[in-house]
Amino acid sequence: MNTNASPRHAKPFGVATLFAVALLYGTASRAADNPPIPDTLQQRIAACTTCHGVHGEGSPGSGYFPRLAGKPAAYLARQMQDFQNGLRKYAPMEYTVRQLPPAYMREIAEYFAAQRVPYGRSPLPAVSAATLQRGEELIGKGDPARRIPACSSCHGSQLTGVEPSTPGLVGLPYDYISAQLGSWRTHTRATVAPDCMAEVANRLSESDITAVAAALASRELPADTHAQPAGSVTPPLDCGVLGATGDPS
Amino acid sequence: MRWLRWLLLLIALLVVSVSGWLLFGGSGSRPTPPAASKIAAATLRDPALIAKGEYLTTVGDCAGCHTAQGGARYAGGRSLATPFGDIPVPNITPDRETGLGDWSFEDFWQALHSGKGRHGELLYPAFSYTSYTKVNHDDALAIFAYLQSLAPVHQPTVAPALAFPYSVRNSLKAWRTLYFREGEFKPDPAQSAEWNRGAYLVQGLGHCNECHAARDTLGGTPRDVHLTGGQIPMQNWYAPDLSTQKNGGLEGWSAQDIIDLLKTGQSARGVAFGPMAAVVSDSTQRMSDADLHAVATYLQSLPPRAPAAEPTSPFDAKALAERGEKVYAKHCAECHGKGGEGVAGVYPPLDGNSSVTEPTGINATRMVLLGGFAPVTAANQRPYSMPPFAQQLNDGEVAAVVTYIRRAWTNQASVVRAEAVSRYRHTPIE
Repeated sequence: MNTNASPRHAKPFGVATLFAVALLYGTASRAADNPPIPDTLQQRIAACTTCHGVHGEGSPGSGYFPRLAGKPAAYLARQMQDFQNGLRKYAPMEYTVRQLPPAYMREIAEYFAAQRVPYGRSPLPAVSAATLQRGEELIGKGDPARRIPACSSCHGSQLTGVEPSTPGLVGLPYDYISAQLGSWRTHTRATVAPDCMAEVANRLSESDITAVAAALASRELPADTHAQPAGSVTPPLDCGVLGATGDPS
Repeated sequence: MRWLRWLLLLIALLVVSVSGWLLFGGSGSRPTPPAASKIAAATLRDPALIAKGEYLTTVGDCAGCHTAQGGARYAGGRSLATPFGDIPVPNITPDRETGLGDWSFEDFWQALHSGKGRHGELLYPAFSYTSYTKVNHDDALAIFAYLQSLAPVHQPTVAPALAFPYSVRNSLKAWRTLYFREGEFKPDPAQSAEWNRGAYLVQGLGHCNECHAARDTLGGTPRDVHLTGGQIPMQNWYAPDLSTQKNGGLEGWSAQDIIDLLKTGQSARGVAFGPMAAVVSDSTQRMSDADLHAVATYLQSLPPRAPAAEPTSPFDAKALAERGEKVYAKHCAECHGKGGEGVAGVYPPLDGNSSVTEPTGINATRMVLLGGFAPVTAANQRPYSMPPFAQQLNDGEVAAVVTYIRRAWTNQASVVRAEAVSRYRHTPIE
């Protein structure tokens, strides 16, 4: 650089030395005050963990910052990709992940997928026994007359999800589930075509959404909350996300 | 008094015809079909020219505007929001129906250099031809060759949504008289080749001045205003003054600091964020070392600035800053340090950071609200990040902590009030 050594540019050594001294001094005085910054993924992703929890446990008291812990990695990576592409709409998430490269998103997804933390209980709305019963019906049998498949037919017999791309539904708050089903209907949540979950959400009535969200949120957790192995279900609908591996590409 | 009536009539006629010319007068011309172009088709297929064009297209960050979220690169399909309305961003892939497939280089040059469309229509200056006019003929040809080498994507351009009178393209005649000087970059023989290369890139293809200078009420940048910083319309970010000299926005930045920021996304002095994070990731990190040095050399030659007016405090700034100090100790000091010194290579310093002390306080406020990752670059593929505090801190707390960091240590900037925080909390995120 600066091949045209004018006087103003002729002091790189002085500047560099000063800079190095300042850097050393800064580091030394910092070390005395604060522990060094850990070179860990957990430290790097403070932008994620401030809302979703250090172990992806979600924000207690707010159903809108969902639990990420234990969800299948490909599912989580796909969600970040969908936010990047504007298929899922939530400005703070779109802003946060807008620049992240596939490999980094995959690493972050794997971090949260590997977390094991207890599920918290979130508040339930006051719904009638009949509503809960309707919800249970949708979960276990669906509504063939309206071509609504059972939740369990894709999300696993224990609703703990299926590797690699289908999330679990048990342990999620009522607010979150009903908001997601609503957002599929209003096109603020979508994924690669064919978007089977959008089809299902649009076949549900509003009272069905309340019923299924309440029933899911009030379910007891099974002893094993791991997602079922890949290939253990045969989804009744054609789903774009299941055709892909969920790898952002 | 008969002559007076005649005079009035004459004046009225003049007014009508001048405004008629301004509003509706033809500036039309016919496109040059590619077959009639002076540039041979084979020239445009020259791999060396295409490769050069790819580099220049990256330097100009054409994809930054000409790509929709989740869309095909260079295929347009989005609008740019401006204070005058939404301006569609065209498809610049060589699709014959919806892109540049039927364009000749002459058409492209007319757009880039003169700010006129294929049929002579005046282009809205959201397309920064105020800067691109400085791009030389050879570079423009390389860019055109590269764009023509892309796979065509069929993507119709969305319709403009501009308010009257901006919806009348010929209203741009007046605008152009005020703000547009057509002409290629003229090297300054008194300066080095490196300086001239830097000036050419910064003033031309890099179009830095389109953000880093204030726009007036007509959306133009007065001619003598150069890289002195300004608020980006609609986006609500402040693009800082780029002088590294006394009272400059980058006062004390070395050439290496500038190069580091443009290449890696962060330097010892600060981290790129907001729209600049995208510019670094998409564009500047891919610039050659020689071009980065040239840019730094040129920016270092920008003159010193007049001192900013002493910030006045309309209310008790001290109490606000004291409250902010507590917020800082609780939420910020762990990473940015008690003295605002940051951690080299990880977290930016806040003391002496031009993004903290810029005139408006927008940047620090929005950073506190939004947080986010440092730019992703080849040199920093797994960047650290800052938590968004929008959920944790209310407007008063954000105002307090931003005021504190703007006035702590050696920083001496104005206070930020809760009302402003509330406004920026609701700025749509582009």
